[in-house]
Amino acid sequence: MALLELHSVSVAYGRIQALRDISLTVEEGEIVTLIGANGAGKTTTMKAISGLVPLSQGSIEFDGADISKVRADLRVVRGICQAPEGRGVFPGMTVRENLEMGCYTRRDRKAIAEDFDRVFELFPRLKERATQAGGTLSGGEQQMVAIGRALMARPRLLLLDEPSMGLAPQFIQQIFNIITEINKQGTTVLLVEQNAQQALSRAHRGYVLETGSVTRASTGKDLLADPAVKEAYLGVA
Amino acid sequence: MSAEVTTRTQASEGTRQPFGQRVRDWWNSRSRLEQWLMIIPVVVLVYLLPVMNFFPLSTEPWTDYELALFNAARLGLIALGLNVVLGQAGLLDLGYVGFFAVGAYVAAIMTSRDSFLTDPRYSWVVVVPVAIAITMVSGVVIGTPTLRLRGDYLAIVTLGFGEMVRLLADNLEPLRGNRGFQDVGGPPGTYANGSPIFTQGDGKPWYWLTVTFIIVILLLIGNLERSRVGRAWVAIREDEDVAEIMGVPTFRFKVWAFVIGAGIGGLSGVLYAGQVGFVNNQRFDVVTSILFVAAVVLGGSGNKLGVLLGALVISYLPDRFQLAPEYRFLIFGIALIVLMIFRPQGLLGARQRLLARGRQAYQRLVGKPEPVATESALIDSGKGTNA
Repeated sequence: MALLELHSVSVAYGRIQALRDISLTVEEGEIVTLIGANGAGKTTTMKAISGLVPLSQGSIEFDGADISKVRADLRVVRGICQAPEGRGVFPGMTVRENLEMGCYTRRDRKAIAEDFDRVFELFPRLKERATQAGGTLSGGEQQMVAIGRALMARPRLLLLDEPSMGLAPQFIQQIFNIITEINKQGTTVLLVEQNAQQALSRAHRGYVLETGSVTRASTGKDLLADPAVKEAYLGVA
Repeated sequence: MSAEVTTRTQASEGTRQPFGQRVRDWWNSRSRLEQWLMIIPVVVLVYLLPVMNFFPLSTEPWTDYELALFNAARLGLIALGLNVVLGQAGLLDLGYVGFFAVGAYVAAIMTSRDSFLTDPRYSWVVVVPVAIAITMVSGVVIGTPTLRLRGDYLAIVTLGFGEMVRLLADNLEPLRGNRGFQDVGGPPGTYANGSPIFTQGDGKPWYWLTVTFIIVILLLIGNLERSRVGRAWVAIREDEDVAEIMGVPTFRFKVWAFVIGAGIGGLSGVLYAGQVGFVNNQRFDVVTSILFVAAVVLGGSGNKLGVLLGALVISYLPDRFQLAPEYRFLIFGIALIVLMIFRPQGLLGARQRLLARGRQAYQRLVGKPEPVATESALIDSGKGTNA
């Protein structure tokens, strides 16, 4: 049984159909990536999974239970946590307070302390900046906060929306290394990316989204080798 | 990028901390005992204000000094309540006067001889909890549909609801429109010679009562702010969507902020109705609502002491300086504009301490009082989110 299953999900903003009949699965322990151009529906898919937009059709199953009608905050309790697009750090909270917001739904103090250590180990920079306000960090540091904060929820499924957006090249490499590391530590990752090259080479499987529909689905390697994908997303003619 | 970050850190360490931040650091590094030893004389001074009826404090001969103090304290109580909604949870409520009106009308209906109730002579001790409960319920009724909206839309709809309360008072026959309710009751109690303590002419007991309510509410709200509820409010204020995907039941906490704010507004309505002794439809217009918002924004949205100061400025200063009554509001308006230019974050800016038992936690972590970067968004909360 897959950890996450989307069954022909459609989402509409008013009369504009943002997602049409999307079906995808994420197995426990995988990194799955969604690639696609601007406006293909990647972020909307993420929002549908985390519960910020209602479905107009279809259903979402997490860990065998239908969560289509479950409130967003309760999905966090079930084990889905997202690092939102554009990072979404709480600008006025310190780094530490931002991370504390990640474990808002948890009460197991001892495990929380362990997770703080784990996040500070993954992102030593955040420890240095623990008492600095989130809004004053650089873009890369804010991305670290967003990922670290989502990890503090100890999710079973980590949703990452464009973690490389607006980052310097050497930093992109570092973020992707960390994502791989997080996955190795046992967290399933669903990754939305425009940086198809990096995303596909790291992912076990990938889906290609075009104007609200899934047009291709395969393993990361196959998609990397796919001539159509190459042309459209990898900039190789 | 690491180079860039290093230079910026050095630069910010080189600059001097702003005065307010240094005061706050100093305050946070005192022990609880030391803090209390400093708070107590201030509280005593506040209680003694009504007997210090001399230059430069006195507002006489223009306004009765004790009543001016009571009105400032009453506005302070309102500002505290609105601060929960506007300052803590970041919900722009332009109809807050509606809750104030509900409180005043409940008091009037339960105690005035003009009431439609057959025996409207309930004790004030009963009136207060009933009025607070009814305003809180009205907060749920108004909040549940409106709080699905955000930002400007919420402001417009709450503005409408505030007006609805006033129009109901205008048009519902049992609420007596312009004629109003005479003889609204106040708290019980008599002096040794049998004359009542709480009268319309004497502001002192009203002032002391209101200040006592303010202190109690400061303690209650302070505890709420340091709890998970307070953290949720700040998260909602900063970014509602992100708060939701961090597992904060945003809608529920927004309604809670609305309801708690409403209860405090209702309480101040009861105090107002009791002191004036008369309630009709004249004092609950939009302008009053805006005045409440002004007190909060002026004082420093999100800072409890700031909003009290803001209320004092808005209520006391016009009473104190009435040398040129016809220019009163002109001077007041200019003062507001000047303040907004030089202190956009309000007289006292907000800095939330979010960690539960934050002081101790920071002391342990870094061995000194909790620092905040000088460019923190909490210090300058007027600014938008990060780029």
